[in-house]
Formats: sequence, structure tokens, C-alpha cells
Amino acid sequence: MTPTTWGWLVLLFPLLGSAVISLGWSRWPATTAGWIGTLAIALSFVCSIGALISLLGRDPAHRELVSTLWNYDASVGVDAKLQILVDPISVFMILVVSGVSTLIHLYSVSYMKGDRGFVRYFAYLNYFVLAMLVLVLAGNFVLLIVGWAGVGAASYMLISFWYRRTTATGAGIKAFVINVVGDAGLVLGTFFIFRHTGTVQFLQTFRDIHHVFHTDSTDLVAGCILFLVGAFAKSAQVPLHTWLPDAMEGPTPVSSLIHAATMVTAGVYLIVRLHPLFELAPTAAEIGAIVGCLTLLIAGSIGVVVVDIKRVIAYSTMSQIGYMIMGASAGAYTGALFHLMTHAFFKALLFMAAGSIIGAMAGDQSLDRMSGFRKAMPFTFLCFIVGGLALSGLPPFSGWLSKDDIIGYMFHRGGFYVVLGVGGELGALITGIYTFRMIFRAFFGDPCPEAVELEHGHLAHAEVPRNPMTGEVEDIDVGFPGPEHVIAEREWPMRIAMSLLALLAVVGGLIQIPGVDHVLSTFLSPAFSGSTLFNHEPTTGNAWLGLIITPIIGIVGVVTAYRLYIAQRGAPARLQERLAPLHTFLINKWYFDELIDFTIVRPALLIGRLAESVLERIVIGIGVTGGVTGEARALSAAVRRTQTGFLRYYAAAMILALSAVALYFLIVS
Amino acid sequence: MAIGWYLTVSALIFCIGAGGVLTRRNPLVILLCLELMLNAANLALVAFARMWGSEAGQIFALIVMVVAACEVTVGLGLIVAISRRNLPIDVDELHELSG
Repeated sequence: MTPTTWGWLVLLFPLLGSAVISLGWSRWPATTAGWIGTLAIALSFVCSIGALISLLGRDPAHRELVSTLWNYDASVGVDAKLQILVDPISVFMILVVSGVSTLIHLYSVSYMKGDRGFVRYFAYLNYFVLAMLVLVLAGNFVLLIVGWAGVGAASYMLISFWYRRTTATGAGIKAFVINVVGDAGLVLGTFFIFRHTGTVQFLQTFRDIHHVFHTDSTDLVAGCILFLVGAFAKSAQVPLHTWLPDAMEGPTPVSSLIHAATMVTAGVYLIVRLHPLFELAPTAAEIGAIVGCLTLLIAGSIGVVVVDIKRVIAYSTMSQIGYMIMGASAGAYTGALFHLMTHAFFKALLFMAAGSIIGAMAGDQSLDRMSGFRKAMPFTFLCFIVGGLALSGLPPFSGWLSKDDIIGYMFHRGGFYVVLGVGGELGALITGIYTFRMIFRAFFGDPCPEAVELEHGHLAHAEVPRNPMTGEVEDIDVGFPGPEHVIAEREWPMRIAMSLLALLAVVGGLIQIPGVDHVLSTFLSPAFSGSTLFNHEPTTGNAWLGLIITPIIGIVGVVTAYRLYIAQRGAPARLQERLAPLHTFLINKWYFDELIDFTIVRPALLIGRLAESVLERIVIGIGVTGGVTGEARALSAAVRRTQTGFLRYYAAAMILALSAVALYFLIVS
Repeated sequence: MAIGWYLTVSALIFCIGAGGVLTRRNPLVILLCLELMLNAANLALVAFARMWGSEAGQIFALIVMVVAACEVTVGLGLIVAISRRNLPIDVDELHELSG
């Protein structure tokens, strides 16, 4: 089979899975729906491997294949088709997306089994993966926008999955609205490019841009900045990032899916996919790199103070995506995609381990209440350590090789990119601190009551389920993860998913080691044949220098965390007291929510109220509709007065009128 | 005999009927007056038929009689229904359909 046939099959299975699960929603017994969903994504992963093998069987010069199923519209220059593009970038993406999603589905079968919305959950989850696969396989801007919007809609449904929880519905709306800002950016950017090239197909666009644009053409830069707005919203970059921490309201496997496989990586993919445009518009690419660097520092600094374990991991995702956006914008395409893959492994793993701890804490997510789970949950502890070490970029874990691939490229690129590279190193320090702050607080120290209970073989259950954010009593119908709390130690599907991810988090980096092997860059190179930046890799010696320096910085971060949280009891509290203004600033997330509220939400509300009171009530209500109805009412009142109800009046009126008619005809004749 | 006399009688009877409908308040009398008006029209129709020597007018007169019979049936039925519900037998009192 050709790679494109495999590509269509990759899309078919999640579509079927989603349809089958939702059509039989009330009939699936026990966990059947979960297994159907897992199977669908697993088959999709198998087809992705099929696509990879058949693509590798072709000559490197012919590894960009386009296949069209049908035309939606091919008139007036718009060639909107249901079309996929199978090339090394998209094959790489479908492998990561479907592979990690399969494991997350497997984990969810156990994690969600006590939930009333189990079937609905898997229908959404399959749809989410389908939307992401459409996004990465799209062969033109139109289908890309379809997948882009589908991912936004699916994230809304899953973040507000527990729809009786007001914080969850609020978070879902927030995510959706911010993503729509990104959608608008993507659509408008497409128009800017389409105006000049006259085509929406990717390959055609990439061929044409060199004829219609010169470097830094105004419209090209504007289009690329609009694409960046789309990428920032989807990948949670400053200032469109505020939805991501709130998205933690969804079930933990959903957080894992959003962060590792299906959603936040879309922005990185977009920049890599549109690399010919960004290379021709260096101004826009520089903006992307700067914002990525800012995000990785801002998000990391917030991650150091947040106490909700899932939110700490969420900020770490923002930070790591910041690395990828920075790398992709600067031209480190291999590095960005490499980090995307390893990040998918270890971040999915960290979320799964966090889900297991939250299960043991009976739904409580606060780091302030967790401690000493090391003995009670050895397997979760091991997985968390592996994920944490990979996240901190310590050798020989996967994050070590991938993170430094980006940072090394920044130094090699020179110019102001060196500053961004220093920012990346600083980010590595912060990453080490917040990651091991989590580990030291949750797993070390004296065991908390829940951990003691678990050591005696009994899983803690809250007497009354409460919302972890607000402390409100939950609506037990669909408002909380169900009465059965699950931990990885007792559920084999969770253990399998986490073990495989832990294994990948350790060895996943081996595909690309400077001076040893370069599987990934060789595989990706056919898609970057026109790129001037792709082969701009640092020398092996410099790369290894980076591979030694960056982990040392990471270890400094880990040691800092150790000194603060293990060696000196009470040091964090003293530090917090001494740096109170800084702590307040960070715990309020740099006041981004307040900033957006002040600059956008409030003016919009003000305009809305003004429109309601002036335009709606006075102009429309009294002027337009009020005038018409008033006239109709006055007229009908006049007519109504003739209807007296007296029979003889009617008879007289008829006789008089008939006499008048008769008289008229007499006179006329 | 000239047609004028027939028409004069017909007009006279019609006016008597119309006057009755307008002035009387008892529905029974109003029905009677309506009957007068219809038969005045019948008289005119038959007179015209004789004048033209055709039968169309006579057929019209027969149809008018049928319609009149139907109308009287409905009208009397209404009056019976009104009296059964102990409502006043007076058209001026029955004016609930005012707008």
C-alpha cells in the first residue's frame, strides 16, 4: 500500500471508534467502550507505522505525497479539497500522536472506570485524537483549519467534562474562547498568503512564495505573525497561555492528552510545517523565538510557587513548549520535533503518575498536603522520578538530548539568538528546581495520613467529595472522578501504560545523539530540502559541550530544590517571607489573568452593556420595533371599535353599504 | 301587466323586511323579516324570468327557497339553544362578540 492509503486509514479508525462508541452510548457494558476506543487508536498507530515503512521504502527525493479524496470546491481560484499530505513531518507527528494517545486511552480505561460519563469520555477522547490527526495530516490550509478548530472543540468538551463543576465549565469556556482567537489568527493568516499565491495547498504555496514574495514582504510578515497568534493560542504561549493551567479542571488523562499528544504541540507543528514562510519572513520568526523564550521563563517561574501538583506540571508544559516554539522559530526544526516527541513521553508519564497520586489522595491535588508517598507507592515514585529526570534534562534520559539540541542550536545560530540560548539555560535551572520541588514534597519527608493508610494496604477515600480548587462539595452525579479512586499500583492497564512511557522516556533520546547517530534528522531531511536553516547544525564538539553544560545547570537546580525541601526544614517558608512581594507576584501568575481582564474582558463587557442599554433598548426597542408595533396597535384599536357585537348594527351597515353600491351603479348606468 | 308593478311590490316587501330586521329585537321576528326579504327577491326573480321568457330566474328562485329553508333551520336551532341556556331572547343583549 502507498503511504497515503495508510494515511487515510490512520484517520479512519479514530473516526469509526468515535462513531461506534457514541452511537451505542447507552448499551456498552462495563468498560467495553474504553477498549473499543483504545483499539481504534492502537489500529491508527499500526497504520502510522505502515505509513512510516512504506515512506521509507521510497526514494528520499519522492517522500512528499499528496492524496485527494474529493473536491469541496475548486472554483474562483480556491482549491479546497479533502486532501492529506504524507511527508516525513506528518508521519513523525502521527506516530507520536497516535502512539502516546494509545497509551493514554489504555490508562483511562482504568482511571475513568468509576465515572458516570465513561462512554461519553471515550467518544470525546477518540474525537480529540481524530481532530489532531486531521490537523497534522492536512494537505492544505482549509483542512488544517478544520483540524485546528476540531481540536479546540474537543478540548472544550473534555475540559468541561465534569459539567456540574462550575470551575470546570468556566475553564472550558476560557480555553475555547482563547483558542478561537488563535483560529481567527490562522484563518486571517491564510488569507494573507492566499491573496498572493492563489492557492491553499501547502506544497504549491511553498513553491510559489519565492516568486510572489521577497524577504520580509509586508503581507508575508503579517500573515506569519497571524499564524503565530494561532500557534501561541493553541500552544499556550504568552500572552494567550492563561487557559492551560485552568484546563487542569478536566480529568487527569485528558490533561495528559492535551499536554503530551494532541493539543499544545499543534503550534509547534504549525511553525515547522510552514517553515518556508517563516524562513522568508525572519522578522516574524524572531518574534516567535522571543515569545517562546519569554514563555519558558515566565511559566517556569510560576511553576516554582504553585502548590497544585497538576498545575505545576501544566506550567512545566508551557515552559517546555516555549523551548519548542523558540527552536522551531529559530530554525532548529529537528530539535523542536525531537523535543516534542521526548516531551510527549515524559510529560504523559508525569501526568499519569500525578493522576495516581491524586487517586491515593482521594482527589486532593495540593502539594501542601502530600508528603512521603515514596514507600506507599513505589511504582508511581519510580515513574515520577524517571519523568522528572527526563524533564530536567539529566543524562542519560531523553530530555537531556532533545532539550540541548534546541539550546545548542540557539548558540550556534549566533546574533541575538545567543541571548535566547542563555534564557534556555536559565530555564533548565528553573526546570530542575520546580520538578524536584514536586518530587521532594510529594514523595519524601514524613508520610501524610493518606500515605500511612496506603502503607497499611488501604486506599483513602474522602467522606465528602470536594472540588480541589474551591473546596465546594461536588455534585456526585458527574462532578467528580467517581467513587472508585485508582492508583497505578493496583491497576494493570495503568501500570502497562506508565511502564512503556517510562521506558520511552529513558531510551527515546537515543535516536538522535550528536556524533553517534542522526536517525531523526536524516528521516526529516526530505521535507526540508528547500530550507536554508535545516542543516545549520552545531559541530559535534560544540554539541557535546552543550550536552555537558546544560545538565550541570539542571543538577544545580535539583540540588537547590534538595537544599530547600529536604536538607533545611522550614527554608521555603523563610524564603517566602523574605521575598514576599516576589512570591505574591508569582503566585498571582504575573497578573496575566488580571491584565487580560482589565484590557480586554472589561472593555468588552462595557461595550456590551452600552450596546444593550442604548442600541438595544432605545434605538431598536423604542425606535425601530417600537414604532412599527405602535402603529399596528393604534390602527387595530380603530378597527376594533367598529366591532360592537350588536347584530342590528351589522345588518344596518350591510344594508347601507349595499344601497350605496346599488345607488352607484344606478348613477353610472 | 308591466314588470314595474311586480318590482314595486317586491321592493315594498323587501323594505318592510329590512325595516323589521333593523328595528325588531326578537330573533324570531328578525328571522321572519329575513324570510320576507328573501321572498321579495324571489318575486323579483320570477318576474324577470317571465319578462325574458327564460327559466333561469325560476331556478334561482327554487335555490333561494332551499337556502332559506336551511337558514331557518340553523336560525331556529340557535334560538332554541339560546332559550335552553336561559339566555335573554333579545339580539341587543347578545353582544359578547364586541371587539
